[in-house]
Amino acid sequence: MMALQALRRYGRCVQKELTMADSAAYFDIDIERGVMKMVAAGDWRARFLKQVDSRLRDFADDTMGRELIIDMTGVERLDTAGAMVLQRTLLACGARTEVSKIIGASEAHAALMEQVVDHLAPCHVHPLHPNAFKAMLDRLGRGVAEAYEAALQLMSFVGETLATTWRVLTRPSHFRWTSTVHHMEEAGLNAIPIVGLMSFLIGAVVAFMGAKILRLFNADIFTVELVGISVLREFGVLLTAILIAGRSGSAFTAQIGSMKIREEIDAMRVLGLDPMEVLVLPRVIALVLMLPVIAFIAAILGLVGGALVAAFAMDISLALFMARFQETIIIDHFWAGLIKAPFFAFVIAVIGCFQGMEVEGSAESLGQRTTLSVVQALFLVIVIDAFFAMYYLEIDF
Amino acid sequence: MSTGNDNAQNMIELRGIRTQFDDFIVHDNLDLDVRTGEILGVVGGSGAGKSVLMRAIIGLKRPSAGTVTVFGEDFYGANEEQRLSIERRWGVLFQGGALFSSLTVAQNVMAPIHEHLKIEGELARDMAALKISMVGLAAEAGAKYPSELSGGMRKRAGLARALALDPELVFLDEPTAGLDPIGAAKFDELIVNLKESLGLTVFMVTHDLDTLHAACDRVAVLAEHHVIACGPLDEVRRTDHPWIQEYFAGPRGRAALSAKTG
Ligand SMILES: Nc1ncnc2c1ncn2[C@@H]1O[C@H](COP(=O)(O)OP(=O)(O)OP(=O)(O)O)[C@@H](O)[C@H]1O
Ligand SMILES: [Mg+2]
Repeated sequence: MMALQALRRYGRCVQKELTMADSAAYFDIDIERGVMKMVAAGDWRARFLKQVDSRLRDFADDTMGRELIIDMTGVERLDTAGAMVLQRTLLACGARTEVSKIIGASEAHAALMEQVVDHLAPCHVHPLHPNAFKAMLDRLGRGVAEAYEAALQLMSFVGETLATTWRVLTRPSHFRWTSTVHHMEEAGLNAIPIVGLMSFLIGAVVAFMGAKILRLFNADIFTVELVGISVLREFGVLLTAILIAGRSGSAFTAQIGSMKIREEIDAMRVLGLDPMEVLVLPRVIALVLMLPVIAFIAAILGLVGGALVAAFAMDISLALFMARFQETIIIDHFWAGLIKAPFFAFVIAVIGCFQGMEVEGSAESLGQRTTLSVVQALFLVIVIDAFFAMYYLEIDF
Repeated sequence: MSTGNDNAQNMIELRGIRTQFDDFIVHDNLDLDVRTGEILGVVGGSGAGKSVLMRAIIGLKRPSAGTVTVFGEDFYGANEEQRLSIERRWGVLFQGGALFSSLTVAQNVMAPIHEHLKIEGELARDMAALKISMVGLAAEAGAKYPSELSGGMRKRAGLARALALDPELVFLDEPTAGLDPIGAAKFDELIVNLKESLGLTVFMVTHDLDTLHAACDRVAVLAEHHVIACGPLDEVRRTDHPWIQEYFAGPRGRAALSAKTG
């Protein structure tokens, strides 16, 4: 016993060897005057049970219903797991007949055996699933129904957001200035470096690609139009929206979702605070105000990237670039891009908040909703962009 | 096993503990012993630092001064390997249950069994079922996710996980808070039973006066940054300190006492 205590100090590695040592749980079977007798000995604690447990199960299967005496005199140590497997074996064999019993247990061990006897019923581990095929159909059906529900809910959320906006517009004292400005900084100002850098690089890349092909036609100078139109109409605003969806849309979902998990949203409702007004509106308004600003900065930096590449990698000087730019690129291109920004912002913010509100219970749901929020926002941003492109085509903008 | 040495009888020894958050001092020069095989109840006002003290002992909040000795080893001085072997010998029930929300209750209980004992399959399942039943949860609860449980059920599930490895030492942060009185009384009984049959040592933070009477061998009172009184309940009750007097002589304190004696 002392030795065991001392050995355990060495922790893990020694413990492994102990499993092999002869103090680990073991049992022998005797037949004594026609009654089976199981002599258990050694250390019957959970960590030593792995081998003995399957042997015990086999034994119990073979001798189901016969009378059994378990002799625990040799059991050195016991914990609830050991007591459980012994007690289980006893019950599986001649359950509670006169003869079936435990002998030789010390007082503490007997108490432990008593302790576990009422708790041997197995329990469920996984939520019940009927069978794989039915489960698949079930999931499919649920998926379709949920997609429909989610679309309806999203619409109603959009409606609620607009209604709240209207309500707050008519009663400006309800508007949360501090929170709005906070989110303008968080989602807008702090995003400028990364969005700017990315847009700069994209402008440069477009100029490079264009220059290489256009040179074949001796049309290098059209690089200016290429960069100007693509960055102003599409890349500036679209890439900004994509980055903001990944950066702020997900953050909105995570913030609101974790509040949902900790019942903060419920607490707000009970205290008479409207979560739409307190949480959703400041985020939506902040993003709708800031996304055009970032998109503008992104567009300018994209042009700068294109112009620098044109100047250093081709023979289009900055002055020439500027002159050509002013000559050929009309202001409409700029507006065509920027007009889309508030729409993108609205979609990103509303979906971020909506998915946050949909979080339920667990951390896992929070993760799923955050992913969904980014995926849906990106999808819708691109769909809306396509609609704008078609619309512009129709009206010759 | 007893060597006559006092140290051998103390499962936890805290000496000169000081914990702080930046400049905010929670404990200062705090000494406390938890003896092997006892149930120690730790009481104190809200914010007195009971949870922080527990976190300091189990390694989640490093004290800025003092030593924590558990199972005779200096916890914060130990290396990774030693710490791991110490950690396997205790179980912890956090104030909020702290169940893994992506696992069902049974999977929660099986997690330490898989992780530390490398036991899989039926034996692990049976061990989990045993613990779940012992803490008074129905078998159906095993397949539920923590978000589907009530507050009291979450407590019980947390206890089942804390007991999964049959630890020698258990830390319980307000185990009976949020339980119905019958459940709380059963819980006290369960702790005492486990202590007697398993030789468990229990460090229990509690506000529940009935639990102090029914389960605790000794009581430590935390106030003014350290332990102002520690000993058997009757002794502590007689200590002349305004907070202690108010605590035990207040209406609830008297009710719990008369329930015990009368
Ligand atoms: N992470 C933290 N950062 C700063 N201060 C903290 C932190 N955690 C706890 N505290 C402070 O430490 C003090 C003790 O907190 P603790 O949680 O231990 O209280 P308690 O005694 O467990 O109270 P209760 O009975 O309400 O659970 C409190 O004043 C609290 O404000
Ligand atoms: Mg606490």
